[in-house]
Amino acid sequence: MSRHVISRTAYFVVFGLLLVLLAATVLVAMIPLGDWSVAVALSIAALKAALIILYFMHVRHSPELVQVFSVAGFVWLALLFVFLFSDYLTRYDVTPLTG
Amino acid sequence: MSTTSTHLAPQFDDAEQQQLAATLGMWAFLATEVLFFGGMFAGYGVYRAWYPQTWADASRHLDLLLGTVNTAVLLTSSLTVALAVHAAQTGSRKGVVRNLSLTILFGAAFLGVKAYEYWHKWHEHHVPGATFEWHEASPSGPAELFFSFYFVMTGFHALHMVIGLGILAWLIVQARRGRFDAEYYTPVEMTGLYWHFVDIVWVFLFPLLYLIDRT
Repeated sequence: MSRHVISRTAYFVVFGLLLVLLAATVLVAMIPLGDWSVAVALSIAALKAALIILYFMHVRHSPELVQVFSVAGFVWLALLFVFLFSDYLTRYDVTPLTG
Repeated sequence: MSTTSTHLAPQFDDAEQQQLAATLGMWAFLATEVLFFGGMFAGYGVYRAWYPQTWADASRHLDLLLGTVNTAVLLTSSLTVALAVHAAQTGSRKGVVRNLSLTILFGAAFLGVKAYEYWHKWHEHHVPGATFEWHEASPSGPAELFFSFYFVMTGFHALHMVIGLGILAWLIVQARRGRFDAEYYTPVEMTGLYWHFVDIVWVFLFPLLYLIDRT
């Protein structure tokens, strides 16, 4: 099989980046950012996921068809979130318990 | 290429096509898993939007240090399973066995910490149900709901890890029998994809459950 081999060094570099991002996740959570806190936390998580998918899961060096398949699930997930939250977050008749 | 032909199923033109088919199949399965966990994340999101204070209060009752350590442990296990695939690619049987074993070790460590966390939650009366007790200012119903999400989501995640550990163990047995070489290591690679996915789920679970408001 003539497949692209990612070097051990590259794996360790990605791993190091993941640990740095983990530290950032925790530290940022301790900074009062109000409503932005969630967005930042999810952005860092998405960055970690991207690194894992591209390098640990070899998608960066995979055929385009594999790359399309790897994104597909998340596209459907985005649809789920967009439709669900555009409903629930725009309801004015729901008065949940405070807090 | 002689070892390849012994692994080539008749419906495929060559080994590369067979490996591509396996990879696409695994990614199709992982797409269903994204939606499986995604539904739970969506439910979590709605209730977090409705009960932000309660969600924050409940989140603070999760052990931040253990959660952070566990995330690092799981990331390390992803590194070792990637190294196992690399070892297979470069024809190192010992490397495959060693790295798969390390992956199991780290995975088991993660589950051990999780078990302790669950026990601690039981001790604090934060397990939803008849024994649930809530002593913060925020309402008890939504608090119990947060912990329902906590136990179900981390529980399904843990179940996925247990299954993964079983598959990894089976791979070690096969590797020691010389089943894999630089020409054929697809099962190792596919298991790696599954394991990385389980890691990605946790990468999102950790900040959403443990880090809602730690200011």
